[in-house]
Amino acid sequence: MTSTTRRDLLTGALTTAAGVAATAGQARAEEPGHDHDHQAVPSDPALRVRALESLMVAKGLVDRAALDALIDTYEHKVGPHNGARAVARAWLDPAFKQRLLTDCVAAIAELGLGGETAMIVVENTSKVHNLVVCTLCSCYPWSTLGLPPVWYKSAAYRSRSVIDPRGVLREFGLEPTEDVEVRVWDSTADLRYLVLPERPTGTENMREAELAALVTRDAMVGVAKVTPPREGAHA
Amino acid sequence: MNGVHDMGGMQDMGPMRREHDEPIFHAEWERRTFALFNAVPDVQWPYLRYQIELIPPADYLRMSYYERWLTALGEILIKTGMAAPAEIESGKAVGGATKGHHVLTVAEVATWIASDTSPKLTAVAHFRAGQRVRARDMNPIGHTRLPRYVRGKVGTIERDADVEELQDSDIEGLGAKQQHVYTVRFAARELWGERASRHDSVYVAMWEGYLESA
Repeated sequence: MTSTTRRDLLTGALTTAAGVAATAGQARAEEPGHDHDHQAVPSDPALRVRALESLMVAKGLVDRAALDALIDTYEHKVGPHNGARAVARAWLDPAFKQRLLTDCVAAIAELGLGGETAMIVVENTSKVHNLVVCTLCSCYPWSTLGLPPVWYKSAAYRSRSVIDPRGVLREFGLEPTEDVEVRVWDSTADLRYLVLPERPTGTENMREAELAALVTRDAMVGVAKVTPPREGAHA
Repeated sequence: MNGVHDMGGMQDMGPMRREHDEPIFHAEWERRTFALFNAVPDVQWPYLRYQIELIPPADYLRMSYYERWLTALGEILIKTGMAAPAEIESGKAVGGATKGHHVLTVAEVATWIASDTSPKLTAVAHFRAGQRVRARDMNPIGHTRLPRYVRGKVGTIERDADVEELQDSDIEGLGAKQQHVYTVRFAARELWGERASRHDSVYVAMWEGYLESA
């Protein structure tokens, strides 16, 4: 999910998180009418969301053009290609890499990328493997990697990544040797994480755009390595 | 709240299921749910997350990610007074427009992915990198971002990473509203016992109020 602070800023929030959350908690405890029985799984989500959208438009709560812009933004404008640019630049430019590791938000702004209020880049090496998860919900650097895949949001991934990271990695086809330090990053605050994968061999002569094309979403979450280009795939 | 959403360390949730060439959305209703949930006026993520956490546990586990959002959405509109239960039920606006809310605009959506130029929050830091700390053992009823698996465990502050507002529903005893957030390293063996790898660790982003000196 995206960051709280940004949302606060944009909506000029009338309600504090703590205040509303506390009230909501009490409401549920005190009103049997809003208890468990009334929170059924929507039988037909398509009908349900259509009705809710019509209602919210009629109540003047949302602007349909803004809804379309939200969908377009996260479906077409942002995605792993953003993070891949930062990774490729870091592989080519040691000074940029240093800035990326010490002040990620400022460094990616140099590439015209934004949207994260706080983010840390963690570097994979031959001795360290980093893996990112959000055990409490599914926090993920939306602006840098796009929306997360279903597996990232699954109970299996959220539960196991912290207690059995090597088992999880094995299912993704990675087997770090015992001497490699596996570091799992649980996204519990408004701080997002991006893995800087190892640069594969055989890429010494590649340009930034070519390198960026090799960098996958999974590699930037830490469940894959960046694989070298196939023999003869480029000049 | 010690709910099912707090999944870290649970077992037997099944294998990793990956989808080849996964689309961003799997259906139009997911697109609309995503947009509506993000566009609800004047609420913040901690509140939205909490409403998802309040979905009854059996339903929470059975639902897909966007089914949870859709379910929480109706509850949010009712609880905030933006719509009446009968309106949610029928999908028909009875009371007319809900006044006084800031409606998200197209121009604002563009700023969501732009560089953040808002002033950084500031606070006095009470811990520093390298310090040993213990995650407080607390079991608040409401929303918290302190996962169960780390409570009472001892770790080391890796980095003073950010200053953020606390997101807990009940912030009494947790210190100032705005405070430093640290990445804290917990050895896998401290969390999970001797069978865990001696080399591995879990880093948890923690507000100062979740920590005490160890």
